[in-house]
Amino acid sequence: MIILDENTRCIVQGITGKQGTFHTQGMLDYDTNIVAGTTPGKGGQKFGEIDVYNSIAEAKKELDINASIIFVPAPFAKDAAYEAISQLDLVVIITEHIPVHDTIDIVEYAQQQDTIVIGPNTPGIITPGVGKLGIMPTHIFQEGEVGLISRSGTLTYEVASQITRAGLGQSTCLGIGGDPVVGMDFSSVLQMFEEDKNTKAMAMIGEIGGNAEETAAEYIREYINKPVVAYIAGVTAPPGKRMGHAGAIIEGESGTAKSKIETLEKAGVQVAERPSQIAEIMKVIL
Amino acid sequence: MKLFEYQAKDLFKKNGINVPTGKIVQSAEEAEEVATEFGIPLALKSQVLVGGRGKAGGIKFADTPSQTYEIANQLLMLEIKGETVKKILMEEKLNVESEFYISVVMDRSAKKPLIMASTQGGMDIEQVAMETPEKLIKYHVNPLEEFLPYQAREIAIQMGVPNPLISKVSGFIFKLFTIFEKYDATTSEINPLVVTPNGVVAADGKFEIDDDALYRQPELLNLVTEEKDEFAYVKLDGDIAVIGNGAGLTLTGMDMLKLYGGKPATFLDIGGGASQENIAQALDLVISNPQVKVVFLNVLGGITRADDVAGGVINVLNETKRKIPLVIRLTGTNEEEGQRILTDAGVSYETSMEAAAEKAVEMARSLN
Repeated sequence: MIILDENTRCIVQGITGKQGTFHTQGMLDYDTNIVAGTTPGKGGQKFGEIDVYNSIAEAKKELDINASIIFVPAPFAKDAAYEAISQLDLVVIITEHIPVHDTIDIVEYAQQQDTIVIGPNTPGIITPGVGKLGIMPTHIFQEGEVGLISRSGTLTYEVASQITRAGLGQSTCLGIGGDPVVGMDFSSVLQMFEEDKNTKAMAMIGEIGGNAEETAAEYIREYINKPVVAYIAGVTAPPGKRMGHAGAIIEGESGTAKSKIETLEKAGVQVAERPSQIAEIMKVIL
Repeated sequence: MKLFEYQAKDLFKKNGINVPTGKIVQSAEEAEEVATEFGIPLALKSQVLVGGRGKAGGIKFADTPSQTYEIANQLLMLEIKGETVKKILMEEKLNVESEFYISVVMDRSAKKPLIMASTQGGMDIEQVAMETPEKLIKYHVNPLEEFLPYQAREIAIQMGVPNPLISKVSGFIFKLFTIFEKYDATTSEINPLVVTPNGVVAADGKFEIDDDALYRQPELLNLVTEEKDEFAYVKLDGDIAVIGNGAGLTLTGMDMLKLYGGKPATFLDIGGGASQENIAQALDLVISNPQVKVVFLNVLGGITRADDVAGGVINVLNETKRKIPLVIRLTGTNEEEGQRILTDAGVSYETSMEAAAEKAVEMARSLN
C-alpha cells in the first residue's frame, strides 16, 4: 500500500456540505480513520461521533491529524488547500472546476511544503482493507497486489472490478484527477508502487490530452522494474474537442492516444486494447 | 473560452497593449463606410476561432472603398474549417519592418505558466520550435513569485531583439503576462508583434480563458456566447450514440465500438450522480439527432445509481415517438434493482461493456 495506510488520520474539510456529508459517511462505512471535520462557523457541531471544528489548527490542538480531504466548492478550494498544506502531509482535493491558476498555486505551494496533493477533480485514493479518502464505491475493491493509477473515475471502477473478479486485488488505487494540472502525477505514483513491497504489478489508465502518459513512459523505462500494464482511452476522440474532463483534449499534434500508446509500448509497457485485458494480463503476470 | 481576435485586441487595448487602429463590421456596406472614414489601404480580417485563417484566404487587403465592398462581401460568404465568417475586423495596413512572436500558455507538465518568445514572428511557432529551437526562448514563471519587468527584459535580450527595441518589446511581454494572470487565461498570444516605422504593435491576438474561472471575471462575462450545456456533449460523424457516466468510461465506450467495426455518433458524459431526469434528457438529446441509428448506454454506477438509470430509460421508452434500438450496459451501485426494473419492462441489458459495444455495432450494421 502507498500513501493511505494505518497511520493516516484524516480531517474532512467541508464536512457539513452536501457532498462532504454524503461521502464522509461512505468513508466511515469503509472503516476509514476520519478523526475530525471542519466548516468555518460550525465549530462545536457533531457529525455522528465526529467533532466539527472551525479550522484545522483548532482541530490539531486536540487531535493528531496528518491528512485532509477537501469537498469545499471551487471558489473556496484554494484557500482550503492552503490551510491544509501548511499543516498536514497529505491533501486529497475532490472538488471539480477549480480554476487552473489556483491549481498551479496549490501545487507549487505543496511542493515547497513537501505535502502530497492528490487531485483536484479526483475520485481519491483507496487502500482496500485500510480505508478510502475519496468517493469511489467500495464493493468492487479487494486487498491484493495490483497498484492502480488512473486519470479517470469510472474507468478505474471498471478495471478495478475486473481485477477483483479475476481473483486478484489491489494494493492501493489512486486517481490522479482529470484536470489539465494535478498534484501527484503518474511518475511519482509509479515510483511509490515500485518501492512498495505489497505491490507486484501496476495498472495505469490514461486518456487523451497533455503528455503525462508520455512522461510516465520515459520514467518507466529509466526507473521502474515491476511490470506495468496500461490502457489509454480516446483512440476515437476527434482533435480540438474537450471530451468531458477539462484535461481530455487533443491540442494540435499532442495528446493523441496513438502517441501515448506508442511511447508506452516503446518503454516496454503492455498496452491493453480493451479495459478487460488488463485483468487478463495481470492474471498471467501474477 | 476562446476570444475572437477583435475581442482579444479590445482587452489588449484596455490594458495598455498597443494594437492597430481598427473597427469591426458585419456587412459590406459597413465595410465601405469604414474604408471611406479610415482611408486606405486596409486589412480585412475574417473573425473566426479556428486556426489557419490566413491560408484559407480569410485575410485580404483593399486599396479602394469599392474594392473593400467586394472583398467584404466575399469574406462574409466564406466558411473556414466549418466556421462561417460573421464579422470582419478592418484595420490600417501596417508597414512591417520586422515581426516577433510572444505568448504565455499554461504548461500542463511543468504546472507553471510558460512564456515563449522569438524574433521569428509571423510563422507557425511549432515550425520554429522544430526547425530552429534555439530561436524560441522558453521561460517558466514561478506562480508564487511576482513576475517583474527585468525578467521580461531578460527574455527580450535572449530573443536577440535589437537594443533600441528591448524596452518596447519587454513591455509587451510584461503586459501580456499581466493580462494572462488578471483574466485567468490559458493562452495569450501575439503573433506577429510587428515593428513599424511608427512603433511596435500587436498585429494579431489570441486569447483563451479558463471556463472554470469565468465566475470571477465579470468583465468577460458579456463575451460569453455559448450556452453552457447540461452535459459534456460532442457530436461525431458515426451512427451509434454513446452515452456513459464519466469521461473515461464514455471515451472507452467509443473506442470499443471502433474495435468491433462501428462508429460513434456522439460523446455524451452524464457525469456522476445523474438523476432519472438527467438520463431521460440525455437519451432525448441523442434520439433527436437524425444521424443516430442505435444508442449505446454504458453505465457503471458509482455515485450514479443503476436503478435511477433504469427508471430514466423506461420513462423515455414510454414517451418517445422515435423508436430507436437501445443497447444498455448496466452494472454498479444498486444493479440488482436497476436490472430488475429493466427486465420487468421487457428491456434487455448487458453487464459487460465490451459485449454491449459489440451488440450495438451488429444492430447498426443490420439496419444498413
